[in-house]
Order: sequence, then C-alpha cells, then structure tokens
Amino acid sequence: MKALSPQERAAPPTNVSAPGPLYASRVKVYPKRVAGTWRRVKWVILTVCLTVYYGGAWLRWDRGPGAPDQALLIDMSAGRAYFFNIEIWPQEVYYITGLLVLAAVGLFFVTSLFGRVWCGYVCPQTVWTDLFMLVERWIQGDRSARIRLDKAPWNARKIALKTATHAAWLLIAAATGGAWVLYFDDAPTVARQFFAGESTTGVYFFVGLFTTTTYLLAGWAREQVCTYMCPWPRFQAAMLDEHSAAVTYRAWRGEVRGPIRKNVEPAPGTGDCIDCKACVYVCPTGIDIRDGLQMSCIGCGLCIDACNEIMGKVDRAPNLIAWTSIAYEAERAQGRPARYRFVRPRTILYAALLTLVAAVMVVALALRTTVEVNVLRDRMPQFVLLADGAVRNGYTVKILNKARQPRSFRIQATGLADLVMSPAEGEASDGVVTVLAKPDSIETVALFVKVRRTVLDGANKTVTFRVLDTEGRVVARRDTVFVGPAR
Amino acid sequence: MAADRERDIVTGKSTTGHEWDGIRELDTPLPSWWLYTFYASILFAVIWCVLYPAIPGIDGLLGHTNRRDLAETVKAATDAQAPMVDRIRALPIEEVRKDPKLLAFARTGGRAAFNNNCAACHQVGGAGARGFPNLADDDWLWGGTLADIEQTIRYGIRSEHDKARMSLMPRFGADGMLTPAQIDDVVEHVLALSRQPHDQAKAARGAAVFAEQCAACHQKDGSGNRELGAPALNDQIWLYGGTRGAIRDSVFNARGGVMPNWEGRLDEATIKMLTIYVHGLGGGK
Ligand code: SF4
Ligand code: SF4
Repeated sequence: MKALSPQERAAPPTNVSAPGPLYASRVKVYPKRVAGTWRRVKWVILTVCLTVYYGGAWLRWDRGPGAPDQALLIDMSAGRAYFFNIEIWPQEVYYITGLLVLAAVGLFFVTSLFGRVWCGYVCPQTVWTDLFMLVERWIQGDRSARIRLDKAPWNARKIALKTATHAAWLLIAAATGGAWVLYFDDAPTVARQFFAGESTTGVYFFVGLFTTTTYLLAGWAREQVCTYMCPWPRFQAAMLDEHSAAVTYRAWRGEVRGPIRKNVEPAPGTGDCIDCKACVYVCPTGIDIRDGLQMSCIGCGLCIDACNEIMGKVDRAPNLIAWTSIAYEAERAQGRPARYRFVRPRTILYAALLTLVAAVMVVALALRTTVEVNVLRDRMPQFVLLADGAVRNGYTVKILNKARQPRSFRIQATGLADLVMSPAEGEASDGVVTVLAKPDSIETVALFVKVRRTVLDGANKTVTFRVLDTEGRVVARRDTVFVGPAR
Repeated sequence: MAADRERDIVTGKSTTGHEWDGIRELDTPLPSWWLYTFYASILFAVIWCVLYPAIPGIDGLLGHTNRRDLAETVKAATDAQAPMVDRIRALPIEEVRKDPKLLAFARTGGRAAFNNNCAACHQVGGAGARGFPNLADDDWLWGGTLADIEQTIRYGIRSEHDKARMSLMPRFGADGMLTPAQIDDVVEHVLALSRQPHDQAKAARGAAVFAEQCAACHQKDGSGNRELGAPALNDQIWLYGGTRGAIRDSVFNARGGVMPNWEGRLDEATIKMLTIYVHGLGGGK
C-alpha cells in the first residue's frame, strides 16, 4: 500500500476511469528487527505458548492403575478426554462447549477493551510466523540483508542460505505436526512407534498434514492468512467502538510529517513524525499504521516500539504511535484533557457473560458425580398384558460408573400400588435389584415393572426408580412413565 | 449506485464506484494465489472425475464402486463375527446363555434376525397383533421354554415341515357339530372361565357342552394344553379377541394360525440366537 504525500492527501478526489487489475501478487514483506517493550512481551508470550504446546503432552498425572497417566489426553478410541484431574465422557462434551463459549466471550471482552491483542500476541498464526521470522533473520540477516539476498542472482551462498532456512522451517513444522498427535494417545508410546515406523497411516497422515500447513502458513502465507483467510478480522469490528484501545498513530501530533535536517529549524506546523518509515519496516503485515486503523493491522504493537526508538533518538516525546482509543485521541487533538473509558455497557455485558459462563462451568464441575443414571422406557411393545390381567412395562436402566473401581448399586422402583419389579435376567430380592457396575464403563440392566390393571385406571402413571450405593445413599432418582391400555 | 470510480483520499486507491449508505468500496485486487487456488481446485475436480465414477455410465480409472465398498464392509463385519457365530453354532443353547459375552452377542444378533424375519407378523419387540401371538407376555400356545421356542422356530406351526407342530380345532358351527344354541351356551361358559360378565343359566348349560367337546384339548378348567397348542381360556390373553362376539366366531369357525418353519431358511446359529432373543423378551419360562 502506497503512502501518500501530504500534497496527495490534500488533493480532492479525482475520477479514475480505468479499472485496476483484478488480481495482484503478494508483495513480500521484510520485517525489520525491533527492540522494545511490546517486542519483549511478544517474546515472553511466544515462549510460554510454544512451551505449553510442545511440552504439554509430556506432562504426567497419576490416575491410579488401569488409567492413562497423561495429564492432557484426548483418547478417541476409548471416548475419554483427560485434563489433569478432570475426566470427561462423550456425553459430557458440554464442558468443551462451555470452554469454547468462554474462549469466544473472553475474546470479545478483550477485543472490546484492547482491540486485536489476540491477533498480535497469542494467535498460533502469529506465534509461529514470529518464530519462522526469527529463524529467517538468524540465517539470512535483517531486513536489508534479506532484500539484497532476494535481489541477488542465484549463487552458492544464496542456495545455502535459502536451503538452510527452509530446512529449519520444515524441522519446526515437523515438530509442530508431531506434537499434535501426542495429545491423542500416550505420548512416549506414540513417539517411539512413530520413529520405529509402527504408527498407523492415520498418525503419519496427520503429522504430515500439520507439518505441511505449519510450513506453508508460517513460512509462506503469513500476513495473507490474517488479511484474506481468517474470518476473525472481518467481524471483530463488531466488538470495537471508539473507546476500544488499538494501535494508533497520533496524527494530530505527527502531522504534517517531515524529515529533520541537522541545523535546520523545522518549518512552522511541522509535526513530530519525521517520516523515517521505521514503523512501516518493522510491521509484520507490511502496512503503514499512519494510514489509520485498518483491517490488515494485527495489533502487534511493534510499530510502537520502532517509533519510540526513533523518538528517543530525535529527542521527542515517545508514544507518537500508541495503544489508545479514537475517542481519547479526538479529545487530545482538540487539546482537551481526555481519559480512557474501560467501563462501558459493552464491556460490562461481556464481563457479565464471562462471569456467568465461568460460574456455570465451575458449578457443573464441582457437582460432577462419578455415577450417572439413565432410564429408558421400552417402546416396543409399549406395554404387555399378562395372563392374570396385570400390565407390565419394560425399562432399560443404564448406570455410568465413572469411577475407577467396580461398584455395586441397588435399584428400587416406587410410585405405584403393589408394583412388582424384576430383572429380565435373574431375580429381585425384596423388591431390590442389585447391579455390579464394572469400573469406567456403562452397565445396562433390563427391568420389568408390573402392576394390577385397576391401579392404572386407564391413565398413564409415574414410576420412580431410585439407585442407591452400598451405603444406602440415593445416588440418582429418575421419574418415568408407566403406560397401560386405555380403560 | 454506480457512481464514478474515484480515488480514495486516505489510501490513494481507486474505488469501485459502488456506494452503499455512504460507504464506498475500495477496488482492491484479489490476491493472485486465490486465483491459482481456484485453478488448482478445477484441476483436482478433473482428476477426481477421471479416477472416480462422476459421470453416469462412465466408471473411473480406479474402478471404484460403492456397491463393492459395501460388500467389502459387510464381509469384513461378517468375518469379524465369525468366531462368535461358530461358537454359538457349536454349543447347546443352554451353554450359550451361560456365557455373558455369547449371550449379549446372541441377543443382538437375534434382534436383527427377528426384525428381518419375524417382526412382519409378531411386530417389533414381539408385541404381537390379532392372530399373531405376543411373544413378550407370559402366555404361550406351545410352550415358552428355550426348547419349546427353538422347536417352534425350527419347524413352524402347521407348516409344510414334517415335524411341524400340528393340531386342528373343529369348526363346531360351520360343520354343524353344535347347534347355534349350544354354541351360545359354550361361549357364555368360556366368558365365565375368564371371569367376564356372562349369562349364568346359559353358562351352566355350556359347561356340559364344554366338558364333552372342548375339555379334551382346553382342559376342564380351561387352562389349555401346550402339547396341542390349545390356548388357555381362563386367562386375560386372547389371540383373536375375548369379547362375546370374537369367542363365538372362534367356536363357530375354529382357529388355527400358521407359522412357517425356519429350518433350512435360517442357519443354525441364527435360529439359536432368535430363540434366545425371543425367550428374553419377557415371557421366557
Ligand atoms: S501496523 Fe503496527 S501494530 Fe499493526 S501490524 Fe503493523 S506493526 Fe503491528
Ligand atoms: S516510526 Fe514514527 S517517526 Fe518514523 S515514520 Fe513511523 S510514525 Fe513517523
């Protein structure tokens, strides 16, 4: 994107009749090295994110014999997900839904406060691109060296440097793809099988897939992902308002921009921007923040660091580019005192939603039991008439024993006069059916309940199943329907 | 809408000349790689059409068919089940029931076979219908033990098989064996046996007729005889209806349902699985 000269800016819009080209090639971005506060923040976050990602699967967590000892594990074949001391069954994916809702609302909240900090600091696309750029800089040198290298004709040195870069990228990409599959099975076993060539085709496929995507997205596509592929930049505008902080060029302070020359007094009306383009050179998406808030800006704050360094050198006040809001700057431009408004209806709403969802999740987790009971009424047949005129209904009771020990449960049925409950196999003793539930599995019991027809009186009734543990505590109570013939 | 293309002041780019509610659109060229991705997709589609059947009548180079896929999947499943099925075929039915794994397998296999072959008459879950016995209740025409059920499934009832269960109820009215008045009396007696409202005088007369004509099969107290497939008349279960009219119809025209023999049509293991499934519907003795 071409920056306009002040004269061009001032010129009235002119008619341009010739349509431009339909397609344009990517203009390669050569971000320059930069040092400063935000760059340091980015390095710290990058280190944390990568450590968690590459190392997470190797964390161990003792769950007792027979259970996997991996802290973070999604076991597809057994249908279990493990997160430290939390174990989730397939029917509990709502926890994952909850986490996703939390993540989404959290993103809205942070965006309404500070703009695209997610994009600039935590998004995997940003983190891996940053890492790839670091490698690139180590091998090929900084911005000008890389530009020169690309322009230079192919020779031994260029081939060597380029090969080294891509080899290093591929290595990182392979490590990234490899780390992914570790979360889906016992990590040491997966790693050993992988290198012994004993893994399934699926494992090699996924490692290959994530290696390729990492290499392409972080090595080649980079800012193209943020500008053209990712949906998030497109709708995050809905979370921003004039009070949201974003990386902003303080035009009221910087304009009219102009270079400084030694021993020459700047013309009156000249702003603080010396038009050195340092902010443009460090930008990972290759844009000019001085054009204003724009879609391609990922909010990484590197231009702030770059400009502050310059401002320091030319002895002007820092933060010509800063995290600030449109409303704040409008006031400042008028020379009025301004303050930031973090508490706004929008942020209150997001914070409230965040608290609510988090509270629901915590309560749900705290109340999570190690036994779950489902009662299904047989529908085929709805009911059976017996020889003595009684009516019988069938029920399937499913007991989910989420504990790691076998447990014994007793089932009782109540709610109808003189009902008789019996298991489809075996006998009830004293109206109680005893079930031995295997550890970490679902126990299914078929039960029959029979009552005299006169008890029903032609209407459907309610029958209640109670499941008790060995200490006699009621662990579940389920009401269900008892169906009989119309009178 | 279509205004002149003009240059945007901030970016210096040309607009498309389109304007919506005061918002004008920049004429930003699409990235070329989008175009190349589009071409690559077209190429992919072409290769796909060459390799796989995409156009009716033209098989792809790979010779892929869904039908064969299915056949292979079914074969793989059948092969995987073979060890279980073989054990069920080899073991006596009582032994199959004692092994929890085999039992669960037999129940599931039995249900599939039942729904394919039996549910047309007996309904899903063995719920039964008029003339087709309910298999989940505790009343059996020919017996509800495993052996009884297996025999019934194997040879059928009044079927073409030599070993079919056979019995014939006389057509008391149609063949003039009883007078209409006698039939009325017997009907009242049968109503009395099942403790339904009845005419006492007629029922008393009918008892004598019943003892003479019916008790040989249905027993004096109406409890029936499973050797002969003679239903109990003193309970609350009626295959053809327990109303006065329905019972009269049964006495007049006689009843005699037919069930096909499944030996020869279903294999040994399937018959055993069916037996176990039916026995477990709720009425097994
Ligand atoms: S303009 Fe500044 S904040 Fe935006 S992407 Fe570029 S360097 Fe980062
Ligand atoms: S780094 Fe600062 S001084 Fe230099 S061009 Fe950018 S805004 Fe102007």
